[in-house]
Amino acid sequence: MLEIRDLFKSYENKPLLRGISFSVSQGETICLLGVSGSGKSTLLRMIAGLEFPESGQILFNKIDLAQTPPHARDFGLVFQDYGLFPHLNIFDNVAFGLKMKLWSAGAYFRISRQQTVGLQNRVTEMLDLVNLQGFEKRKVTDLSGGEQQRVALARALAPSPRLLMFDEPLGALDKFLKEDLLNQIRAILHKTKIPAIYVTHDQDEAFTIADRILFLHDGEIVRDGTPDEVWTNPKSAWAARMLGMGNVVEGIIKMQNAEGRMQNTCTGVRRKCVETEFGVFDMECSHKHSAGEKVSLLIRQFPSPAGRGVRGEGFEIKLKVEDVLFKQDQFQVKLRGGLVIHLKEAPKIGQIIRVRVRVECLA
Amino acid sequence: MQNQVLNHGDSETQRFNFLRAFASPWFVRVLLWLAPILFLLIFFFQPLARIITLAFNPSALTQKNFGVILTVAGFTFYQAALSTLLTFILGIPSAVLFSRFNFRGKSLLRALTAVPFMLPTVVVASSFNALFGNHGLFSSFILHPSSFSLILLAHVFYNTTIVIRIVGNALSRFDPKLEAAARSLGADTFHVWKNITLPLLRPSLLAASLLVFMFDFTSFGVILLLGSSNFSTLEVEIYLRVLKLPNLPLAALLSIVQLIFTLIFSILYTRTINQVTTQTNPRFSISRPPKTLKEKIFIATLGILLSAFFILPLISLPIRSLTRLEADRGQRGEVQYGFTTDYYKELFINRRGSLFYVPPIQAATNSLGYASLTVLLSLALGYPAAYALAKPTRLEKFLDPLIMLPLGASAVMLGLGFIISFGRSLASPWFVPIAHTLVALPFVIRTLQPALASIPERLRQAASTLGASPFRVWQTVDFPILSRATLSAATFAFTVSLGEFGATLLLTRPEYPTIPIAIQRFLSQPGGLNFGQAMAMATLLMLLTTLAILIIEKLRLPNSGEF
Repeated sequence: MLEIRDLFKSYENKPLLRGISFSVSQGETICLLGVSGSGKSTLLRMIAGLEFPESGQILFNKIDLAQTPPHARDFGLVFQDYGLFPHLNIFDNVAFGLKMKLWSAGAYFRISRQQTVGLQNRVTEMLDLVNLQGFEKRKVTDLSGGEQQRVALARALAPSPRLLMFDEPLGALDKFLKEDLLNQIRAILHKTKIPAIYVTHDQDEAFTIADRILFLHDGEIVRDGTPDEVWTNPKSAWAARMLGMGNVVEGIIKMQNAEGRMQNTCTGVRRKCVETEFGVFDMECSHKHSAGEKVSLLIRQFPSPAGRGVRGEGFEIKLKVEDVLFKQDQFQVKLRGGLVIHLKEAPKIGQIIRVRVRVECLA
Repeated sequence: MQNQVLNHGDSETQRFNFLRAFASPWFVRVLLWLAPILFLLIFFFQPLARIITLAFNPSALTQKNFGVILTVAGFTFYQAALSTLLTFILGIPSAVLFSRFNFRGKSLLRALTAVPFMLPTVVVASSFNALFGNHGLFSSFILHPSSFSLILLAHVFYNTTIVIRIVGNALSRFDPKLEAAARSLGADTFHVWKNITLPLLRPSLLAASLLVFMFDFTSFGVILLLGSSNFSTLEVEIYLRVLKLPNLPLAALLSIVQLIFTLIFSILYTRTINQVTTQTNPRFSISRPPKTLKEKIFIATLGILLSAFFILPLISLPIRSLTRLEADRGQRGEVQYGFTTDYYKELFINRRGSLFYVPPIQAATNSLGYASLTVLLSLALGYPAAYALAKPTRLEKFLDPLIMLPLGASAVMLGLGFIISFGRSLASPWFVPIAHTLVALPFVIRTLQPALASIPERLRQAASTLGASPFRVWQTVDFPILSRATLSAATFAFTVSLGEFGATLLLTRPEYPTIPIAIQRFLSQPGGLNFGQAMAMATLLMLLTTLAILIIEKLRLPNSGEF
């Protein structure tokens, strides 16, 4: 449906987006994950037609949208701070897009009785969908943040857009509201089958809502995959950190010497290993790496507390406990060197413990 | 014996009760309000009552008088509406310029547009005379606007800053996301403008137009000095009916009509300005450097136009005061044209047959004296009122609109009230500073009140628990915080008094002219020398006022508000 081809855009003479390409198919929700300032919102605004790319194409159903003004694109947009019209009540906010459709269809001066009834029904339907029955006559300013965002969602959905875009829609809400609203959005997207692009910097949101996650880093898409693929193999140190995997450590590739001069390094059967501050891991970081090069390693607890599949080699490390934090059903244990693991039972601070971990190479 | 002890105890209790009564909040509040309320009762409400009784006298309510009122009110509305329209034609693009774009010299240009608002009407009128008037710098050129268009221009010159501030603020707080949201919902440019932009700006547009209209409606000095009494607005007509074609009942009726309109406008204005603040989002700042060529051309054109419009009149005043363009009356033989300092020298000479009994520069001394008295009087009355208002009780909620009421009365009306209630002779020169105080007092109170309210009570309590007596508390806590506000209020009162024209014109005695009165007298007389002296005098007044404006701007407390 939506296809982005090789989009370029700079901001204040610095490149912001450098050749972005991806596509969204019918009923699919993709999530753009990136830090603030990475150009996620600019990308959305370009798709909406509010800004223009310096080069590249945006196509919908194989039609180039370069000449299509924003109001004719039929794309819904939901903002972080809602963007509700403060001078209109809830009904008129939700009905806005519908009225615009009627106007552009020729009803410039009068909306017929039949159309009015249709309009009212649609608004009621939308407010039902977002669980705001009976809010029609309320003022925007009387609503809480979560309610306002639901109105914004209803407003964007009302004219049945061909594509929905969410620009950090939950950024301004507190944790519990976030989860609740996120599930509602997910259910609505499932029900309506509208393709959606969801922009966020929060990996929890991304995993909850996305069919596919795209990592935007340094103006490029560095990873594109289903949540499961992305989780099991983040591929880059940056993506791993973005996913909240804190245990990314730096290491140096060592090569076993035939004469055995470097006895304390690689001990295993392989010729290559990686030295880190947590010890030497007898493993090979594939392809191109040669001795002395730096690599990033992702250390994951084994078995993973998240219960998902974990690739990589298994090792046992011994480290001193530096801090223990109570986290609901388990204890978060901080080890020397900053490694964080989760345990069912709390160790003592200062105690030296053994942990089974999986170590994998990141690009 | 026992009795004595009892008696002694009684007197102790009495003393204690008296002290407690003295210190009770009610007693203190009554004490604080005593002077300001008495002052307003005698010098504002009593004259107002006199005006009302005179206006509703059968001798005033004649068909002929109603005819006059209808004509005059009609013209007043006409010129105010036209002036407001012109002010918006310049003001709206300027508001867009200042709120949407960043460019070099922006803050300077913005400050420049605000200068006229603080200048006395006589200075502005003299400036436009110096530029376009019969004896003006441009009089030798083809460009020679009519007096009516000069009046309109001067009104635009005065009030454009209001549009820039009110509409510009609303524009700069306008959330650009709303337009984006509307466009993504299918609204084209026209519908975005009609359904989103215009409705959201409507309160600010309405508030700005009401305020501009109100100022144009009550404009006096500009119309009298530039229109040379050919154009009769309500204000000018009141003045004429007091001094030129005396008919006090008609004057009283006119001023009641004027007062009613002003009150209606101010009520409407207060309502709309409240909507302005509630409907805009202060988090956004959308000004940015220009991007397209069209935007650059817009900024350059409007920037040059605004600079010319606001600099030319102000700069031509001092230039004209130092330039001889025509022969003085009675001057024979060779006349030196070009640069001259004669107009300033003449101010110090008491010529026989001149307009004054004293050297004209005496007017400056009078003005400074009156201004100092106004400062003392308005501070003495404003301080207790502001103290009481800083912590308002039900009493203050009732009194607050009453002490602000003089704002609604025009200066000419104040003068008329004095004449009606204290007799036409007005033997005492004291009436001038009293009238000036009436004008300045609301501003003084509004300047002091937020500063006083900003002092936390805990600070005073802390000082007193540390052993400071009430006076010490005032000296060590209140005074340092208040000194800025006090100086600011004082300067404000000073400038108001220096530039006050309407009331002074009605109340002043021939031998005690002020600077604005002297300028008016010079302007109303023929001849190059008189005109030159008017220019010299107006230049002096402009310099004095500018100095005061600079002081106020330096002392302006953050959040003390505008207008």
